[in-house]
Amino acid sequence: MKSFGSYFKRALILTLALLVICGILYPLVLTGLGQLFFNKQANGNMIEVNGEAVGSELVGQAFEGDEYFHGRVSSVNYNTYTEEEKESGDYAGVSSGTFNYGATNEDLEARVKEDVAAFKERYKAVVGEEFTGEIPADMLTASGSGLDPHISPANAEVQTPIVAAASGLSEEEVAQIVENNTEHKVLGIFGEEKVNVLKCNIEIAEKIGAITTEE
Amino acid sequence: MLQIILTLAIYMVLVIPMGAYMYHIATNKKTFADPVFDRVDGAIYKVCRIKREGMTWKQYALHLVMTNAVMVLVGYAILRFQGFLMANPNGIEGMEPTLSFNTIISFMTNTNLQHYSGESGLSYLSQMLVIIFMMFTSATSGYAACMAFCRGLAGKRKDVGNFYEDMVRITTRIMVPVSIIGGLLLIWQGAPETFQANFTVHTIEGKLQDIQTGPVAALEIIKHLGTNGGGFFGANSTTPFENPTIISDLIELWSMMILPGACVITFGKMTMARRKEEKAARAAQAAQNTPAVAQKAPAKRVFFGKQGRTVFAAMAVIFLIGVTVCFVSESNGNPILEQAGLNQDMGSMEGKEVRFGIAQSSLFTTVTTSFTTGTVNNMHDTLTPLGGMVPLLHMMLNCVFGGKGVGLMNMIMYVILAVFLCGLMIGRTPEYLGKKIEGREMKLVAIVLIVHPLLILGFSALAVMTSAGLEGITNPGFHGLSQVLYEYSSSAANNGSGFEGLADNTYFWNITAGLAMFFGRYIAIIAQLAIAGSLLAKKRVNETIGTLRTDNAIFVIILVAVVYIFAALTFFPALALGPIAEHLVLWMS
Repeated sequence: MKSFGSYFKRALILTLALLVICGILYPLVLTGLGQLFFNKQANGNMIEVNGEAVGSELVGQAFEGDEYFHGRVSSVNYNTYTEEEKESGDYAGVSSGTFNYGATNEDLEARVKEDVAAFKERYKAVVGEEFTGEIPADMLTASGSGLDPHISPANAEVQTPIVAAASGLSEEEVAQIVENNTEHKVLGIFGEEKVNVLKCNIEIAEKIGAITTEE
Repeated sequence: MLQIILTLAIYMVLVIPMGAYMYHIATNKKTFADPVFDRVDGAIYKVCRIKREGMTWKQYALHLVMTNAVMVLVGYAILRFQGFLMANPNGIEGMEPTLSFNTIISFMTNTNLQHYSGESGLSYLSQMLVIIFMMFTSATSGYAACMAFCRGLAGKRKDVGNFYEDMVRITTRIMVPVSIIGGLLLIWQGAPETFQANFTVHTIEGKLQDIQTGPVAALEIIKHLGTNGGGFFGANSTTPFENPTIISDLIELWSMMILPGACVITFGKMTMARRKEEKAARAAQAAQNTPAVAQKAPAKRVFFGKQGRTVFAAMAVIFLIGVTVCFVSESNGNPILEQAGLNQDMGSMEGKEVRFGIAQSSLFTTVTTSFTTGTVNNMHDTLTPLGGMVPLLHMMLNCVFGGKGVGLMNMIMYVILAVFLCGLMIGRTPEYLGKKIEGREMKLVAIVLIVHPLLILGFSALAVMTSAGLEGITNPGFHGLSQVLYEYSSSAANNGSGFEGLADNTYFWNITAGLAMFFGRYIAIIAQLAIAGSLLAKKRVNETIGTLRTDNAIFVIILVAVVYIFAALTFFPALALGPIAEHLVLWMS
């Protein structure tokens, strides 16, 4: 048993040493450096309106009003909720993820069919004419995280008539807002073209006076 | 497709210098950073009273297992009592016993399968002292084992090295410095690094939104660098805070690819160095007669080393086939949704993020399962059937680069098998790296190669036969079987990604997956170290004209064929009932 004891002792010492280096020193050093050099990013890239955070540039939000762009389908509703929903337990706490429907799952087909119908109905109600175009794939599929902050430019284009009609802005103005908040491929190669929904909507809200910024 | 090719091209540029650096560390050669690290390491050796004597393979394996066991005990205690400990601003409670068992085995074995959800399951203290700590140490353990294995194969020394010295050197010279640099880059891109509690903001529509933060970047970088894969949040690297931009995505991709690839290069250089020394010795003997010849030492730059090149090429071939199948399958979209009125020109976007799109998502999926990291930037459960079969297959092969160190060791098992099969065909005793492969080695190889499918198929069979197992399945039809296969492949291959729909936080799944991870890791490592030890003890035989060359293109083809044939013989029936059947249903009906 003597050798077991010596093995154990050496293992324990190494464990404690690495625990201090990797578990304590390393995260503290990195947090210090991060807070020092990249303060905004290290604290979540929050967007402030009138000095108050309204969301993070990187995290999507659920929007309901027709005057705003809608993000992708989220299984966690972007962790967005009202006081009542929290009290009633409809909002179960902060989370992330997707529905995890396999490609042949009937629930997936049913959800998409329902959403297609709902979108066409909403389009007709707000814009006043039938929707005849193609619905791009990202519009009615759920994102992986449930927190995707972006939509594709094609998706934004399809939503533009609704946003314009409901907000009172012209389609050109809305298209300009989309353009302002479109992020391009890195070096023209890596990634995809995408539109930041929250930033678009803040710009719309400012234009229509839903929020006022103090100079 | 262009961005996939370019991403891989840049990877090749990065991996070669890293391989050279790792080779210097593995063989105690000088590097540019020695003045700093020698002092740091010296201090650690002194404080921990580490005697840097060589170990036999048995001692090495025992020390490794013992150290891992101690880490498991410490980690388990922290998880159970995290509710009472400090650094817990979000008020998380202690973890339930079977879930703690599963979690701790999962992180110690470099699997990082998560049956909990990071947001609600772990305090910041646990994220640091258990998760981040284990991400470092499990990766370092795997790599240490691999270095010992390579020393055994290269056969320059009598022993396989000192376990404690390896652990310290790898941690201080590779893991921590690269993590700090990479971590800063991720923070720059937008991954939070703070100890504040979660934010609650008022949205412009007058609602509330909870935004989770924490020391995310610190975990994120080592999660990839150490091919760990367990996310800070439930949805892993799909969440914007874990993986905010395409640049962070590329950083994460390269950091999980770099060390497993570099391991192969290290191996190549180690075997190369031995051959060179032998040559030099022979030349020196000859030089006694003609002194002028010995002066001409070859100054050619070596990137891979011949033996490493073969292995790397075989891995690359399998990898490229996989990534192509996955990309094509995902690009084709889902015909059922097309019929439902959703245009599929963008490809199958269910479970994917707009900022990564189809190309970077399928690349990430193939990389994470080939390099057995297990991190995901899209949800694998929602992949198209064939797109989902690629990650499943690569975890079943478990040798396409593979996790830190162990992937190389697994591939060497196939190499030995290939050499053995060729030996049978040409009627000679098989040799590898100048050592005879005999009954003892082949038995050990067989154990390693059989344990893996046995764990996957055995546990899957158990799960579909018991009601406790069936309850976890959430997708109907053939996809349900894929979910089960995926869970155990991921466990046995120590990958850790999941078909996340599986309702796996139950006693049944926690315990069976925990056992699969445990046996998948330690049986293989011990058997592989035994092979290295056994080869080390053998006398070297001289290469003759009849020796099977293991450093040319033909051998690459043989090796790839052996891997695929072995996989087909073992896994084809299961794959046919899962993803292949689902594919036929999707496209034929």
